[in-house]
Formats: sequence, structure tokens, C-alpha cells
Amino acid sequence: MNTNSNSYTIIYASVMVIIVAFLLAFVSSSLKERQDKNVELDKMKQILTSLNITDVEDAEKTYNQYIKSDLIIDLNGNTISENGGFDLGAEDDRLAVFVCDVNGATKYILPLYGKGMWDAISGYLCLNDDKQTIYGAFFSHKGETPGLGAEIATPNFQGRFSGKTAMSNGEVKLKVVKNGKVQDASCEVDGISGGTVTSGCVSNMLQDYLTKYKSFLTK
Amino acid sequence: MELFSKKNKEIFLSPLGLNNPVSVQVLGICSALAVTSKLEPALVMGLSVVIITAFSNVIISMLRKTIPNRIRIIVQLVVVATLVTIVSQVLKAFVYDVSVQLSVYVGLIITNCILMGRLEAFALQNGPWESFLDGVGNGLGYALILVIVAFFRELLGSGALLGFQVIPQCLYDAGYINNGLMVLPPMALIIMACIIWYQRAKNPELQEKSN
Repeated sequence: MNTNSNSYTIIYASVMVIIVAFLLAFVSSSLKERQDKNVELDKMKQILTSLNITDVEDAEKTYNQYIKSDLIIDLNGNTISENGGFDLGAEDDRLAVFVCDVNGATKYILPLYGKGMWDAISGYLCLNDDKQTIYGAFFSHKGETPGLGAEIATPNFQGRFSGKTAMSNGEVKLKVVKNGKVQDASCEVDGISGGTVTSGCVSNMLQDYLTKYKSFLTK
Repeated sequence: MELFSKKNKEIFLSPLGLNNPVSVQVLGICSALAVTSKLEPALVMGLSVVIITAFSNVIISMLRKTIPNRIRIIVQLVVVATLVTIVSQVLKAFVYDVSVQLSVYVGLIITNCILMGRLEAFALQNGPWESFLDGVGNGLGYALILVIVAFFRELLGSGALLGFQVIPQCLYDAGYINNGLMVLPPMALIIMACIIWYQRAKNPELQEKSN
């Protein structure tokens, strides 16, 4: 057979593309459920990390144990829905609040989204029931410089937030400052040496979102 | 035909040594730089490339008599892209953490020169079994370099291997600090250069003759 004729080439290409399309569609749809589950479990683990709970075996079980509800609120701090906050993304106008119960104490977790130095950063900030002091924090990033800005994703950096004052008298106080330049230790967090720009981005993200949540937090 | 004849052994082993795709042919450098700051992603990346080179070689070799010459590059690309997509989907479903770390680089295996090079240079002329050996050999040759580079970068950059702290705390207390430069991409290039240097110094036949 002449494998160089036009019709052979066209038929060959068409058949190949159809076979590949079916194959990929099959693989994608058969793995979809597992992949979505992974993304969800990863999100739960991140939320739990902001509650200072790490190394969880069964993220879903631990999540359900601590997180009592995922509220959806509007910018004025009014509750729109008692649950569904988990599925809200960065682009949504509405805000999510996770209400948690850690050994009888109520904690509030606020999701954060912002711009890093190279790509998006995100995180969760956990506040005590006075809605002012910080219980824990979690940050993740897409493409910050490894070893420098990327250190925001380490427990070392995230641990620096615990106990700081986020808001006081209705004003956002919390900020991340250049490494070694902390003046007021009650509300300033030491940045990362060599990761000043990323640290600043974390600071902006925190202030943006604390401002957005202001009416909820001062209620 | 013998499965492990002398020729087949040669096909399998030469990419691990004197015909290494990365250190001798200098192919696939970009991903070798990007995923080697830690050992674990380097291992997964290496394994993914072994699987993809092996199977794309076998598939192209089986189809080699039917592929129309004018669209052979397109056919090769489609086969590689399909395999890469499947591998990346499987990684997302079963080792999510690693797939997050590898991010775009799994997808970029499609453009890895080693793959197209082996398909064009080997699979189109040889049978499936030889092509399989060639694919596994070249994939392992690539993985080997990745793992060596990642070993030094993680050890010296983070003081750990596969995430476990190896350098003892007492050394840090005595004033040792991790080399932050090691986790940045340029150090991968420098370590790679050292490997190439070492290999050439050991094997004079790799050195170009001076005029």
C-alpha cells in the first residue's frame, strides 16, 4: 500500500485523532472523581494547618471533627448561608468563614487570596473567638522563589503569626515587615530574610482581606 | 532472536554511560534544571520520563511501517502528548502532592528533546523490543542525572534527603548553614557541568579533538 498518498495520510491522521480523543476522554473521566477528591482533601489539610493541626491521617474526618460550619457572608458581615463557604473561590464577591470548635473554644478561619512576587499566593488565617488575636496561619504559593519567598509555606514562617493582634479598635493592625525590622511585636510579624517582596505581598493580602472582613470581625 | 543479546544490552546500557542523553548529548536540560531542587520530584519526574520514552518508542516502532512519512513528526507528537497527558492525570489522581510540585513540568515532557530524538533516531528504524530497551535506557539515563543533581541540591541546599533531615542539628549549632544558592536554578547548571566535566575527564573518547 502507498503510505504516501494524500487520502491515506488524511485517513491515518483522522483515525489516529479519534482513537486518541476517546482514550483521553476515558482516562480523564475515570480519574476525575479521584482528582477532585484530592483537591478537596488538600484544601481541608490547608485549613487544618491554620488551626495548627498538621500530620492528619484522615483529613476529611479531622476536618468534620473541628470545622462546625462554613458560612457565606457578604461584605457587610451579614450571613447569607450557613454552609457552602468551602466551595467559594478567589473570584467570588461573597466571603467564606469557617467556624471551628477546638476543645470548646470557637475559632474563625478566613480564606485569603493575593498576588505574590511571581504568581498567586493564598492562605488561611485563624482568629480566636475575640476575632482580634491570631490563633494560626497557613500560606501557600504557586511560584515564589524556592528558598526565599517560598519560605512563606513553611511552619517556621507560619508559626510567627500565632498570638499577634490582627485588629484592634476596628482597625487592621497586622502587617509583615522586613526581616529584623519588627518594632511593635504585638502586631508586626518578622518577614523572610531575602524574601522581602513576597513577605510584603503576604502583608498586603492579609490587610486586604482583614479590611474586607472588617464588618464581620467588628460585629 | 535473543532477548538480551549483546547488541540489546548495548542499546540499553549506552544511554546510562557514554551516550547519556543529558550529559553527553545535552538534551532535556531545561526540565533537569527545574525539578531538581528536591529529590522526590526528581524521582517522580525521572520515572515519568522512563515510562513515556519506553511506551512512545514501542508505539511508534509498532506503527513505523504504517506512518505516512509526511506527517510522521505529527504522529510522534500525538503519541507523546497522549502518553504525557495520561501520566499527568494519573499523577494528579494518585500522588497529588508530587503533581503539585512538578506542576507544569510533567506537561512539558512533551517538548523534551530526548523523546523526539529517540523516536526519530531509533524507533522509526527498529523493532518494538529494541525500541523499548532504548526508551527505558534513555529514560533511566535522564533520571540518573536528575537524581544525582537533586541529591546534591537537596543535601546542600536543605540539609535533607527525600524530606528527612540528614545533616544533624549539632552541625547547625556549630555554625553550619544551608547553602541557599543550591535551591536556585543556576546551581543545577553548575552541578550538571561538574558531572559533564567528571565524565569527560574519565572518558577521553568523549573529548573533542583539538585542531
